[in-house]
Amino acid sequence: MDLLMRILQMIIDTSIDVLPIASIIFGFQFLVIRRPIPNLKRVIIGFVYVLIGLSLFLLGLEQALFPLGRLMADQLTNPAFIYGDAGLVPEVINWKDYYWVYLFAFAIGFSTTIAEPSLIAVAIKAHEVSGGTVGVWGLRRAVAIGVAVGITLGTYRIVTGLPIHYFIISGYIIVVIQTFFAPKMIVPLAYDSGGVTTSTVTVPLVAALGLGLAETVPGRNVLIDGFGLIAFASLFPIMSVMAYAQISEYMGNRSH
Amino acid sequence: MQHALFALFKSMLGSLRDLLPIILVIGFFQAVVLQQPIPGFIDIIIGTLFIILGLTFFIYGLEMGLFPIGESMANAFARKGSVVWLLIFAFCLGFGTTVAEPALIAVADEASEVAALGGMIINTPEAMESYSNGLRFTVAFSVGLAIVIGVLRILKGWSIQYMIMGGYIMVVIMTALAPKEIIGIAYDSGGVTTSTITVPLVTALGVGLASSIKGRNPMTDGFGLIAFASLTPMIFVMAYGMII
Repeated sequence: MDLLMRILQMIIDTSIDVLPIASIIFGFQFLVIRRPIPNLKRVIIGFVYVLIGLSLFLLGLEQALFPLGRLMADQLTNPAFIYGDAGLVPEVINWKDYYWVYLFAFAIGFSTTIAEPSLIAVAIKAHEVSGGTVGVWGLRRAVAIGVAVGITLGTYRIVTGLPIHYFIISGYIIVVIQTFFAPKMIVPLAYDSGGVTTSTVTVPLVAALGLGLAETVPGRNVLIDGFGLIAFASLFPIMSVMAYAQISEYMGNRSH
Repeated sequence: MQHALFALFKSMLGSLRDLLPIILVIGFFQAVVLQQPIPGFIDIIIGTLFIILGLTFFIYGLEMGLFPIGESMANAFARKGSVVWLLIFAFCLGFGTTVAEPALIAVADEASEVAALGGMIINTPEAMESYSNGLRFTVAFSVGLAIVIGVLRILKGWSIQYMIMGGYIMVVIMTALAPKEIIGIAYDSGGVTTSTITVPLVTALGVGLASSIKGRNPMTDGFGLIAFASLTPMIFVMAYGMII
């Protein structure tokens, strides 16, 4: 009974989130375009499916994964875990002590990206538009590796306290250089993949990790250092997707 | 009927496969690294079932509803030939989907705390709320503008790399000028704006436009809208931090 109420509540919440989008779309459709939507019934059923799907998805995440993931982020960044039971944090911390945090960052970055619904959507579209050249799984894996590397570097940055813009600006330089060498057809898709990766699944877990670290590492400020992981997670997929296309092209050329 | 059930079962298996990596990672860290029992086992099983069902429904709905409507609207606008209406639509889509985005509301609230602690605004609930709302509207405006620029690019066939590089240069310049406290939030705001429903719609709009305009390639011209939408918020949030 309680569960049923929660499902209903979640569907209502999601509907409220979707309302502005739906009213813009249908408003323009009826007032500006003034043409009947082809297969209107099917489209509406599709919208209802998206609504139900997203509600169940979010509810499931809240029920199963987020509490455990957040708890884990807390435990892994806890000094008692890193420095033994006494939890004595040395004056000068060694960034190597946080190896489990880096490993967790990498693994959680990769795995949450694989399950990210908006990335699945873009991958399906890219596969269709490219006539099969861009594989759905190939793209998703490439993006996931980018996010994993990005978040790992992001946690390293929080531990060491290096300024974020050094990393981001270096990232930009690499992206610009890669742009000149990557196959032309992949470039816009690669730029897009930076923005699509960080959504429903990744953001809550990654944010918990960042805040946990910024709270426990001595000398870090939660409010300043806790941010920035998402930025890493949206920059590195651009590089990994272009690299994926470059490697695919190279392998293709060699086999001819 | 049997066929449909089989298809449903197959796509649920696909969703399970999408989810498996997270389950393995959390299971491994819980059991091997932290050596803790897994609390609320039944809750987790039920939750996982929900996620799988939800993902399956979402993907069905995507192909039935979101993709077709995005593309049919792009076609209709292209046939109608009214650039002004198309750009107004683009702005509304970007602005409207962002301003109510829960992730953005959360980030804006946290940003107002940073601003209050950093002494950029006075530390009262009213000042913080007005700062947070201002930030939200700034980001939503910048996303609307981004979709407009992106749609214009598709119409004119401009090449994306120079525009993105121009954006990067602006981010770098703004980074040098903006207050230090706002930089992390500004960089993050680029990533949080694009939600699960906006992304498929905007992608379908771009690809639909590029396919219905002669001389445009859906692959090289159709993608890229999201890229603009994740770049402009960074610039505008830093500008906001400088002005306030």
